[in-house]
Amino acid sequence: MFITKYIKDVYKGVRSLLVGMKRTLYYFTHHKEIITQQYPDNRDTLVLPERFKGEVVMPHNENNEHRCTGCQACELACPNGTIKVIFKNELTPEGKKKKAIDKLVYHLELCTMCNLCVEACPSDAIKMAQTFEHSVFDRNELTKILNNPGSKIMEGVE
Amino acid sequence: MWSFSHIANNLHEWLSKTFNPTMTLIIEMVLAGVAVIGLFAALGLVLVIMERKVSAWIQIRLGPNRVGPKGMLQSLADTLKLLVKEGLTPNGADKLLFNLAPFVAMIVAMLLMAPIAFAKDFQLWDLNIGVLYVSAVSSIMVISILMAGWASNNKYSLMGAMRSGAQIVSYELSAGLSILAVVVMTGSLQVSDIIHSQANGWWIFKGHIPMVIAFVTFIIAITAETNRAPFDLAEAESELTAGFHTEYSGMKFALFFLAEYVNVFIVCAIGATLFLGGWMPFHIGNWTGFNHVMDYIPSSVWFFGKTFFLIFVIMWFRWTFPRLRIDQLLNLEWKYLLPISMINLLIVTAMAILGWHF
Repeated sequence: MFITKYIKDVYKGVRSLLVGMKRTLYYFTHHKEIITQQYPDNRDTLVLPERFKGEVVMPHNENNEHRCTGCQACELACPNGTIKVIFKNELTPEGKKKKAIDKLVYHLELCTMCNLCVEACPSDAIKMAQTFEHSVFDRNELTKILNNPGSKIMEGVE
Repeated sequence: MWSFSHIANNLHEWLSKTFNPTMTLIIEMVLAGVAVIGLFAALGLVLVIMERKVSAWIQIRLGPNRVGPKGMLQSLADTLKLLVKEGLTPNGADKLLFNLAPFVAMIVAMLLMAPIAFAKDFQLWDLNIGVLYVSAVSSIMVISILMAGWASNNKYSLMGAMRSGAQIVSYELSAGLSILAVVVMTGSLQVSDIIHSQANGWWIFKGHIPMVIAFVTFIIAITAETNRAPFDLAEAESELTAGFHTEYSGMKFALFFLAEYVNVFIVCAIGATLFLGGWMPFHIGNWTGFNHVMDYIPSSVWFFGKTFFLIFVIMWFRWTFPRLRIDQLLNLEWKYLLPISMINLLIVTAMAILGWHF
Protein backbone atom coordinates (compact mmCIF):
# COMPACT_ATOMS: atom_id res chain seq x y z
CA MET A 1 0.00 0.00 0.00
CA PHE A 2 1.43 3.38 -0.99
CA ILE A 3 0.22 5.39 1.96
CA THR A 4 1.51 2.98 4.62
CA LYS A 5 4.94 2.97 2.94
CA TYR A 6 4.86 6.76 2.88
CA ILE A 7 4.06 6.99 6.60
CA LYS A 8 6.64 4.31 7.39
CA ASP A 9 9.27 6.26 5.43
CA VAL A 10 8.53 9.45 7.34
CA TYR A 11 8.58 7.61 10.67
CA LYS A 12 11.85 5.85 9.91
CA GLY A 13 13.47 9.05 8.65
CA VAL A 14 12.47 11.09 11.69
CA ARG A 15 13.52 8.31 14.03
CA SER A 16 16.99 7.92 12.53
CA LEU A 17 17.52 11.69 12.60
CA LEU A 18 16.53 11.77 16.27
CA VAL A 19 18.98 8.95 17.06
CA GLY A 20 21.77 11.02 15.49
CA MET A 21 20.72 14.13 17.38
CA LYS A 22 20.65 12.22 20.66
CA ARG A 23 24.24 11.08 20.11
CA THR A 24 25.52 14.57 19.28
CA LEU A 25 23.64 16.04 22.26
CA TYR A 26 25.40 13.48 24.43
CA TYR A 27 28.77 14.62 23.10
CA PHE A 28 27.74 18.26 23.48
CA THR A 29 26.91 17.85 27.14
CA HIS A 30 29.68 15.39 28.11
CA HIS A 31 32.96 17.28 27.81
CA LYS A 32 34.94 14.41 29.30
CA GLU A 33 34.61 12.65 25.93
CA ILE A 34 36.77 15.31 24.25
CA ILE A 35 39.75 13.60 22.61
CA THR A 36 41.76 16.66 21.57
CA GLN A 37 45.18 16.88 23.27
CA GLN A 38 46.73 20.26 24.00
CA TYR A 39 50.02 19.03 22.54
CA PRO A 40 52.83 21.47 23.23
CA ASP A 41 51.37 22.27 26.65
CA ASN A 42 51.03 18.68 27.85
CA ARG A 43 54.25 17.42 26.29
CA ASP A 44 55.44 15.90 29.58
CA THR A 45 52.19 14.09 30.36
CA LEU A 46 51.25 13.21 26.79
CA VAL A 47 49.59 9.79 26.52
CA LEU A 48 49.50 8.35 23.01
CA PRO A 49 47.12 5.60 21.94
CA GLU A 50 48.61 2.11 22.00
CA ARG A 51 48.45 1.67 18.24
CA PHE A 52 50.00 5.07 17.41
CA LYS A 53 52.57 4.65 14.60
CA GLY A 54 55.54 6.99 14.92
CA GLU A 55 58.53 5.26 13.25
CA VAL A 56 59.93 1.77 12.68
CA VAL A 57 62.40 0.55 15.31
CA MET A 58 64.15 -2.75 15.97
CA PRO A 59 64.09 -3.78 19.64
CA HIS A 60 67.30 -5.24 21.09
CA ASN A 61 67.63 -7.21 24.29
CA GLU A 62 70.26 -6.57 26.99
CA ASN A 63 72.90 -8.68 25.18
CA ASN A 64 72.60 -6.46 22.10
CA GLU A 65 70.74 -9.13 20.20
CA HIS A 66 67.89 -8.60 17.75
CA ARG A 67 65.44 -11.00 16.12
CA CYS A 68 66.05 -10.08 12.46
CA THR A 69 66.98 -13.01 10.19
CA GLY A 70 67.42 -10.86 7.13
CA CYS A 71 64.62 -12.55 5.21
CA GLN A 72 63.79 -9.32 3.31
CA ALA A 73 60.05 -9.73 3.84
CA CYS A 74 59.86 -6.14 5.09
CA GLU A 75 61.82 -4.84 2.12
CA LEU A 76 59.43 -6.60 -0.27
CA ALA A 77 56.35 -5.50 1.64
CA CYS A 78 57.30 -1.83 1.68
CA PRO A 79 55.36 0.05 -1.03
CA ASN A 80 57.86 2.88 -1.43
CA GLY A 81 61.29 1.40 -0.86
CA THR A 82 61.81 2.68 2.64
CA ILE A 83 63.73 -0.35 3.94
CA LYS A 84 66.96 -1.77 2.50
CA VAL A 85 68.57 -4.89 3.94
CA ILE A 86 72.34 -5.14 3.54
CA PHE A 87 73.89 -8.57 4.17
CA LYS A 88 77.18 -9.88 5.39
CA ASN A 89 78.39 -13.46 5.56
CA GLU A 90 79.15 -14.85 8.98
CA LEU A 91 81.00 -18.03 9.78
CA THR A 92 79.34 -20.32 12.25
CA PRO A 93 81.55 -22.21 14.79
CA GLU A 94 81.29 -25.27 12.53
CA GLY A 95 82.88 -23.34 9.71
CA LYS A 96 79.72 -22.99 7.66
CA LYS A 97 78.81 -19.75 5.93
CA LYS A 98 75.69 -18.12 7.30
CA LYS A 99 73.82 -15.15 5.91
CA ALA A 100 73.12 -12.37 8.43
CA ILE A 101 72.22 -8.71 8.26
CA ASP A 102 74.94 -6.13 8.23
CA LYS A 103 72.69 -3.09 8.22
CA LEU A 104 68.94 -2.62 8.06
CA VAL A 105 68.68 0.83 6.49
CA TYR A 106 65.47 2.71 7.17
CA HIS A 107 64.61 5.92 5.30
CA LEU A 108 62.30 7.82 7.62
CA GLU A 109 61.80 10.56 5.04
CA LEU A 110 60.14 8.04 2.67
CA CYS A 111 58.09 6.20 5.28
CA THR A 112 54.32 6.67 5.39
CA MET A 113 53.87 4.69 8.63
CA CYS A 114 51.63 2.17 6.85
CA ASN A 115 52.70 -0.68 9.16
CA LEU A 116 52.99 -3.19 6.27
CA CYS A 117 56.60 -4.09 7.12
CA VAL A 118 55.71 -4.84 10.72
CA GLU A 119 52.87 -7.08 9.59
CA ALA A 120 55.09 -8.83 7.03
CA CYS A 121 57.89 -9.65 9.50
CA PRO A 122 57.75 -13.38 10.36
CA SER A 123 59.97 -13.12 13.45
CA ASP A 124 58.65 -9.90 15.07
CA ALA A 125 62.00 -8.18 14.66
CA ILE A 126 60.64 -4.70 13.99
CA LYS A 127 57.83 -2.70 15.52
CA MET A 128 56.30 0.77 15.47
CA ALA A 129 57.56 3.21 18.10
CA GLN A 130 55.53 6.06 19.59
CA THR A 131 58.06 8.83 18.99
CA PHE A 132 56.78 11.45 16.61
CA GLU A 133 58.94 14.59 16.91
CA HIS A 134 61.05 13.81 13.85
CA SER A 135 62.14 17.27 12.67
CA VAL A 136 65.86 17.61 11.99
CA PHE A 137 67.98 20.23 10.25
CA ASP A 138 69.87 17.78 8.00
CA ARG A 139 67.93 15.29 5.94
CA ASN A 140 70.78 12.76 6.19
CA GLU A 141 69.78 12.27 9.82
CA LEU A 142 66.53 10.77 8.61
CA THR A 143 68.31 7.76 7.10
CA LYS A 144 68.63 5.46 10.06
CA ILE A 145 70.29 2.10 10.64
CA LEU A 146 67.95 0.10 12.76
CA ASN A 147 70.27 -2.58 14.14
CA ASN A 148 72.77 -1.44 16.79
CA PRO A 149 76.47 -1.64 15.88
CA GLY A 150 77.91 -5.02 16.80
CA SER A 151 74.54 -6.59 17.37
CA LYS A 152 73.82 -10.14 16.32
CA ILE A 153 70.81 -12.37 15.93
CA MET A 154 69.14 -13.80 19.00
CA GLU A 155 69.59 -17.52 19.73
CA GLY A 156 66.79 -19.68 18.44
CA VAL A 157 65.40 -17.26 15.88
CA GLU A 158 65.50 -18.79 12.43
CA MET B 1 10.81 49.09 36.30
CA TRP B 2 13.74 48.97 33.89
CA SER B 3 12.74 47.89 30.37
CA PHE B 4 13.46 48.58 26.71
CA SER B 5 10.10 50.23 26.12
CA HIS B 6 10.69 52.50 29.14
CA ILE B 7 14.02 53.70 27.72
CA ALA B 8 12.52 54.16 24.24
CA ASN B 9 9.60 56.20 25.60
CA ASN B 10 11.82 58.42 27.77
CA LEU B 11 14.10 59.06 24.80
CA HIS B 12 11.13 59.91 22.61
CA GLU B 13 9.72 62.34 25.19
CA TRP B 14 13.05 64.06 25.66
CA LEU B 15 13.61 64.36 21.90
CA SER B 16 10.09 65.71 21.37
CA LYS B 17 10.64 68.36 24.01
CA THR B 18 14.02 69.40 22.63
CA PHE B 19 13.47 69.30 18.84
CA ASN B 20 10.61 69.87 16.41
CA PRO B 21 8.64 66.76 15.19
CA THR B 22 10.54 66.38 11.87
CA MET B 23 13.91 66.58 13.58
CA THR B 24 12.74 64.11 16.23
CA LEU B 25 11.70 61.64 13.54
CA ILE B 26 15.03 61.96 11.72
CA ILE B 27 17.04 61.53 14.91
CA GLU B 28 14.97 58.52 15.93
CA MET B 29 15.49 56.93 12.52
CA VAL B 30 19.25 57.45 12.76
CA LEU B 31 19.28 56.02 16.28
CA ALA B 32 17.28 52.97 15.14
CA GLY B 33 19.67 52.44 12.23
CA VAL B 34 22.69 52.68 14.52
CA ALA B 35 21.05 50.30 16.98
CA VAL B 36 20.36 47.76 14.20
CA ILE B 37 23.95 47.98 12.92
CA GLY B 38 25.24 47.62 16.48
CA LEU B 39 23.01 44.58 16.99
CA PHE B 40 24.35 43.12 13.72
CA ALA B 41 27.94 43.50 14.84
CA ALA B 42 27.19 42.00 18.25
CA LEU B 43 25.21 39.13 16.71
CA GLY B 44 28.00 38.38 14.25
CA LEU B 45 30.56 38.14 17.04
CA VAL B 46 28.36 36.14 19.40
CA LEU B 47 26.94 33.71 16.85
CA VAL B 48 30.31 32.92 15.24
CA ILE B 49 31.91 32.03 18.56
CA MET B 50 28.75 30.14 19.56
CA GLU B 51 28.79 28.12 16.36
CA ARG B 52 32.46 27.29 16.69
CA LYS B 53 32.07 26.19 20.30
CA VAL B 54 28.91 24.17 19.61
CA SER B 55 30.50 22.47 16.59
CA ALA B 56 33.64 21.68 18.57
CA TRP B 57 31.78 20.15 21.50
CA ILE B 58 29.51 18.13 19.22
CA GLN B 59 32.54 16.82 17.33
CA ILE B 60 34.38 15.99 20.59
CA ARG B 61 36.88 18.81 20.09
CA LEU B 62 37.84 21.76 22.26
CA GLY B 63 37.26 24.57 19.78
CA PRO B 64 38.90 28.00 19.94
CA ASN B 65 40.63 28.32 23.31
CA ARG B 66 43.63 30.65 22.86
CA VAL B 67 42.39 34.21 22.26
CA GLY B 68 41.00 35.74 25.43
CA PRO B 69 39.40 33.85 28.31
CA LYS B 70 38.40 30.37 27.05
CA GLY B 71 38.83 31.59 23.47
CA MET B 72 35.86 33.95 23.73
CA LEU B 73 37.61 36.75 21.81
CA GLN B 74 38.39 34.52 18.81
CA SER B 75 35.65 35.99 16.61
CA LEU B 76 36.89 39.52 17.43
CA ALA B 77 40.34 38.56 16.19
CA ASP B 78 38.81 36.98 13.06
CA THR B 79 36.84 40.15 12.35
CA LEU B 80 39.99 42.23 12.69
CA LYS B 81 41.74 39.91 10.23
CA LEU B 82 38.88 40.19 7.72
CA LEU B 83 38.82 43.99 8.05
CA VAL B 84 42.47 44.41 7.07
CA LYS B 85 42.33 41.92 4.20
CA GLU B 86 42.08 43.09 0.61
CA GLY B 87 38.63 42.93 -0.96
CA LEU B 88 39.62 41.54 -4.34
CA THR B 89 37.46 41.91 -7.46
CA PRO B 90 38.34 39.35 -10.16
CA ASN B 91 39.15 40.65 -13.66
CA GLY B 92 36.40 38.73 -15.44
CA ALA B 93 33.71 39.65 -12.93
CA ASP B 94 30.82 42.01 -13.48
CA LYS B 95 32.22 44.78 -11.28
CA LEU B 96 28.95 46.49 -10.34
CA LEU B 97 26.92 43.38 -9.49
CA PHE B 98 29.89 41.75 -7.80
CA ASN B 99 30.35 44.64 -5.41
CA LEU B 100 26.64 45.21 -4.95
CA ALA B 101 25.68 41.64 -3.96
CA PRO B 102 27.04 41.63 -0.37
CA PHE B 103 25.26 44.90 0.35
CA VAL B 104 21.97 43.55 -0.99
CA ALA B 105 22.37 40.60 1.36
CA MET B 106 22.99 42.97 4.27
CA ILE B 107 20.13 45.30 3.38
CA VAL B 108 17.68 42.38 3.21
CA ALA B 109 18.81 41.28 6.65
CA MET B 110 18.33 44.85 7.93
CA LEU B 111 14.84 45.15 6.42
CA LEU B 112 13.86 41.93 8.18
CA MET B 113 14.72 43.48 11.55
CA ALA B 114 11.83 45.94 11.30
CA PRO B 115 8.82 43.88 12.46
CA ILE B 116 10.59 41.84 15.14
CA ALA B 117 9.42 42.51 18.70
CA PHE B 118 12.56 42.36 20.87
CA ALA B 119 10.77 43.01 24.14
CA LYS B 120 7.38 44.10 25.44
CA ASP B 121 6.22 47.14 23.38
CA PHE B 122 9.68 47.41 21.83
CA GLN B 123 9.45 47.05 18.08
CA LEU B 124 10.73 49.14 15.19
CA TRP B 125 7.64 48.92 13.03
CA ASP B 126 4.47 47.09 14.05
CA LEU B 127 2.86 46.99 10.61
CA ASN B 128 -0.45 45.18 10.15
CA ILE B 129 0.95 42.61 7.68
CA GLY B 130 4.15 41.87 9.63
CA VAL B 131 4.31 38.14 8.93
CA LEU B 132 3.59 38.59 5.22
CA TYR B 133 6.28 41.29 5.11
CA VAL B 134 8.84 38.93 6.63
CA SER B 135 8.12 36.07 4.24
CA ALA B 136 8.13 38.45 1.27
CA VAL B 137 11.34 40.28 2.12
CA SER B 138 13.27 37.15 3.11
CA SER B 139 12.82 35.89 -0.49
CA ILE B 140 14.87 38.84 -1.76
CA MET B 141 17.86 37.15 -0.15
CA VAL B 142 18.02 34.76 -3.11
CA ILE B 143 18.58 37.71 -5.45
CA SER B 144 21.79 38.67 -3.70
CA ILE B 145 22.99 35.07 -3.88
CA LEU B 146 22.14 34.78 -7.59
CA MET B 147 23.78 38.16 -8.16
CA ALA B 148 26.97 37.07 -6.44
CA GLY B 149 27.03 33.75 -8.28
CA TRP B 150 26.41 35.26 -11.70
CA ALA B 151 28.74 38.24 -11.34
CA SER B 152 31.68 36.14 -10.10
CA ASN B 153 32.15 34.60 -13.57
CA ASN B 154 33.08 31.32 -11.91
CA LYS B 155 31.44 27.96 -12.49
CA TYR B 156 31.42 27.03 -8.82
CA SER B 157 29.75 30.29 -7.89
CA LEU B 158 27.13 29.96 -10.60
CA MET B 159 26.29 26.38 -9.67
CA GLY B 160 26.03 27.30 -6.01
CA ALA B 161 23.77 30.23 -6.83
CA MET B 162 21.48 28.14 -9.05
CA ARG B 163 21.15 25.47 -6.40
CA SER B 164 20.38 28.12 -3.84
CA GLY B 165 17.67 29.51 -6.11
CA ALA B 166 15.97 26.12 -6.55
CA GLN B 167 16.23 25.51 -2.83
CA ILE B 168 14.84 28.81 -1.57
CA VAL B 169 12.00 28.87 -4.10
CA SER B 170 10.83 25.42 -3.06
CA TYR B 171 11.29 25.72 0.70
CA GLU B 172 9.56 29.10 0.79
CA LEU B 173 6.32 27.15 0.23
CA SER B 174 6.42 24.96 3.30
CA ALA B 175 7.74 27.83 5.43
CA GLY B 176 4.81 29.93 4.24
CA LEU B 177 2.28 27.17 4.87
CA SER B 178 3.50 26.57 8.41
CA ILE B 179 3.42 30.32 9.10
CA LEU B 180 -0.15 30.29 7.76
CA ALA B 181 -1.08 27.73 10.43
CA VAL B 182 -0.31 30.30 13.11
CA VAL B 183 -2.03 33.06 11.14
CA VAL B 184 -5.18 30.94 10.85
CA MET B 185 -5.21 30.33 14.59
CA THR B 186 -4.60 33.99 15.46
CA GLY B 187 -6.67 35.57 12.73
CA SER B 188 -4.13 38.34 12.27
CA LEU B 189 -0.90 39.01 10.38
CA GLN B 190 0.26 41.63 12.87
CA VAL B 191 3.22 40.55 14.98
CA SER B 192 1.98 42.18 18.18
CA ASP B 193 -1.47 40.53 17.78
CA ILE B 194 0.16 37.14 17.32
CA ILE B 195 2.22 37.63 20.47
CA HIS B 196 -0.76 38.85 22.52
CA SER B 197 -2.82 35.85 21.42
CA GLN B 198 -0.27 33.65 23.21
CA ALA B 199 -0.71 35.28 26.63
CA ASN B 200 -2.41 32.18 28.05
CA GLY B 201 -0.06 29.66 26.41
CA TRP B 202 2.24 29.43 23.44
CA TRP B 203 0.83 28.20 20.14
CA ILE B 204 3.03 25.13 20.14
CA PHE B 205 1.22 23.98 23.32
CA LYS B 206 -2.23 25.40 22.58
CA GLY B 207 -2.43 24.01 19.04
CA HIS B 208 -1.94 20.32 19.91
CA ILE B 209 -0.08 18.02 17.49
CA PRO B 210 -0.84 19.92 14.23
CA MET B 211 0.98 22.95 15.63
CA VAL B 212 3.97 20.81 16.59
CA ILE B 213 4.07 19.46 13.03
CA ALA B 214 3.85 23.02 11.70
CA PHE B 215 6.72 24.03 14.01
CA VAL B 216 8.93 21.14 12.86
CA THR B 217 8.17 21.91 9.20
CA PHE B 218 8.97 25.56 9.84
CA ILE B 219 12.33 24.73 11.45
CA ILE B 220 13.28 22.45 8.53
CA ALA B 221 12.20 25.05 5.98
CA ILE B 222 14.10 27.91 7.63
CA THR B 223 17.23 25.77 7.88
CA ALA B 224 16.97 25.30 4.12
CA GLU B 225 16.17 28.95 3.50
CA THR B 226 19.22 30.20 5.37
CA ASN B 227 21.41 27.78 3.36
CA ARG B 228 22.75 25.95 6.36
CA ALA B 229 23.74 22.30 6.58
CA PRO B 230 22.19 19.77 5.95
CA PHE B 231 20.86 22.04 3.18
CA ASP B 232 24.06 23.97 2.44
CA LEU B 233 24.18 23.00 -1.23
CA ALA B 234 24.72 26.63 -2.16
CA GLU B 235 28.10 26.58 -0.41
CA ALA B 236 28.91 22.86 -0.26
CA GLU B 237 32.60 23.37 0.53
CA SER B 238 33.47 19.79 -0.40
CA GLU B 239 31.95 20.09 -3.90
CA LEU B 240 31.95 23.77 -4.87
CA THR B 241 34.84 25.13 -2.75
CA ALA B 242 32.59 27.84 -1.28
CA GLY B 243 29.66 28.12 -3.70
CA PHE B 244 28.42 31.60 -4.40
CA HIS B 245 31.07 33.36 -2.33
CA THR B 246 34.08 31.54 -3.81
CA GLU B 247 35.49 34.73 -5.35
CA TYR B 248 34.82 37.00 -2.39
CA SER B 249 37.48 38.02 0.07
CA GLY B 250 38.01 40.42 2.93
CA MET B 251 35.10 42.52 4.11
CA LYS B 252 32.85 41.58 1.17
CA PHE B 253 33.07 37.97 2.23
CA ALA B 254 32.55 39.02 5.82
CA LEU B 255 29.31 40.77 4.85
CA PHE B 256 27.97 37.54 3.34
CA PHE B 257 29.10 35.65 6.39
CA LEU B 258 27.47 38.19 8.70
CA ALA B 259 24.28 38.20 6.61
CA GLU B 260 24.04 34.43 6.97
CA TYR B 261 24.25 34.61 10.75
CA VAL B 262 21.92 37.58 11.02
CA ASN B 263 19.43 35.72 8.83
CA VAL B 264 19.66 32.72 11.13
CA PHE B 265 18.93 35.02 14.06
CA ILE B 266 15.99 36.64 12.28
CA VAL B 267 14.29 33.43 11.16
CA CYS B 268 14.77 32.00 14.64
CA ALA B 269 13.27 35.17 16.10
CA ILE B 270 10.29 34.79 13.76
CA GLY B 271 9.94 31.14 14.77
CA ALA B 272 10.10 32.12 18.44
CA THR B 273 7.50 34.84 17.86
CA LEU B 274 5.06 32.64 15.98
CA PHE B 275 5.28 29.37 17.89
CA LEU B 276 6.97 30.11 21.22
CA GLY B 277 5.25 33.36 22.12
CA GLY B 278 7.96 35.95 21.35
CA TRP B 279 8.63 37.99 24.48
CA MET B 280 5.58 36.46 26.21
CA PRO B 281 6.58 34.66 29.43
CA PHE B 282 5.76 30.99 29.92
CA HIS B 283 2.18 30.89 31.19
CA ILE B 284 0.06 27.88 32.05
CA GLY B 285 -3.71 28.45 31.82
CA ASN B 286 -5.04 29.68 35.17
CA TRP B 287 -2.09 29.03 37.46
CA THR B 288 -1.96 32.63 38.68
CA GLY B 289 0.92 32.11 41.14
CA PHE B 290 3.13 30.39 38.60
CA ASN B 291 2.30 32.94 35.89
CA HIS B 292 3.10 35.78 38.29
CA VAL B 293 6.56 34.34 39.04
CA MET B 294 7.22 33.99 35.30
CA ASP B 295 6.26 37.63 34.75
CA TYR B 296 9.21 38.73 36.90
CA ILE B 297 11.66 37.57 34.21
CA PRO B 298 12.12 40.50 31.79
CA SER B 299 10.47 40.12 28.39
CA SER B 300 13.74 40.71 26.50
CA VAL B 301 15.31 37.77 28.36
CA TRP B 302 12.41 35.57 27.27
CA PHE B 303 12.72 36.68 23.67
CA PHE B 304 16.49 36.22 23.42
CA GLY B 305 16.34 32.96 25.37
CA LYS B 306 13.84 31.43 22.96
CA THR B 307 15.66 32.77 19.92
CA PHE B 308 19.02 31.46 21.04
CA PHE B 309 17.47 28.11 21.88
CA LEU B 310 16.20 27.85 18.28
CA ILE B 311 19.59 28.97 16.98
CA PHE B 312 21.20 26.21 19.03
CA VAL B 313 18.75 23.70 17.53
CA ILE B 314 19.70 24.80 14.02
CA MET B 315 23.41 24.53 14.85
CA TRP B 316 22.73 21.12 16.34
CA PHE B 317 21.18 20.10 12.98
CA ARG B 318 24.15 21.46 11.12
CA TRP B 319 26.76 19.46 13.01
CA THR B 320 24.73 16.24 13.15
CA PHE B 321 23.33 15.61 9.69
CA PRO B 322 25.17 15.01 6.42
CA ARG B 323 24.45 17.19 3.41
CA LEU B 324 21.59 16.21 1.08
CA ARG B 325 22.00 15.82 -2.67
CA ILE B 326 20.00 18.21 -4.83
CA ASP B 327 17.47 15.49 -5.83
CA GLN B 328 17.04 14.38 -2.22
CA LEU B 329 16.58 18.01 -1.24
CA LEU B 330 13.79 18.58 -3.74
CA ASN B 331 12.23 15.19 -2.93
CA LEU B 332 12.08 16.11 0.73
CA GLU B 333 10.29 19.35 -0.05
CA TRP B 334 7.87 18.36 -2.80
CA LYS B 335 7.06 14.79 -1.74
CA TYR B 336 7.11 15.08 2.04
CA LEU B 337 7.11 18.57 3.56
CA LEU B 338 4.65 20.21 1.17
CA PRO B 339 1.89 17.53 1.27
CA ILE B 340 2.28 17.16 5.03
CA SER B 341 2.08 20.89 5.68
CA MET B 342 -0.91 21.25 3.32
CA ILE B 343 -2.89 18.55 5.14
CA ASN B 344 -1.70 20.03 8.40
CA LEU B 345 -2.98 23.45 7.40
CA LEU B 346 -6.37 21.88 6.58
CA ILE B 347 -6.52 20.30 10.06
CA VAL B 348 -5.44 23.55 11.71
CA THR B 349 -8.16 25.44 9.82
CA ALA B 350 -10.78 22.92 10.96
CA MET B 351 -9.49 23.27 14.52
CA ALA B 352 -9.66 27.06 14.35
CA ILE B 353 -13.23 27.01 12.99
CA LEU B 354 -14.45 24.45 15.51
CA GLY B 355 -12.52 26.06 18.36
CA TRP B 356 -10.58 22.92 19.28
CA HIS B 357 -7.76 24.74 20.95
CA PHE B 358 -7.22 26.32 24.34
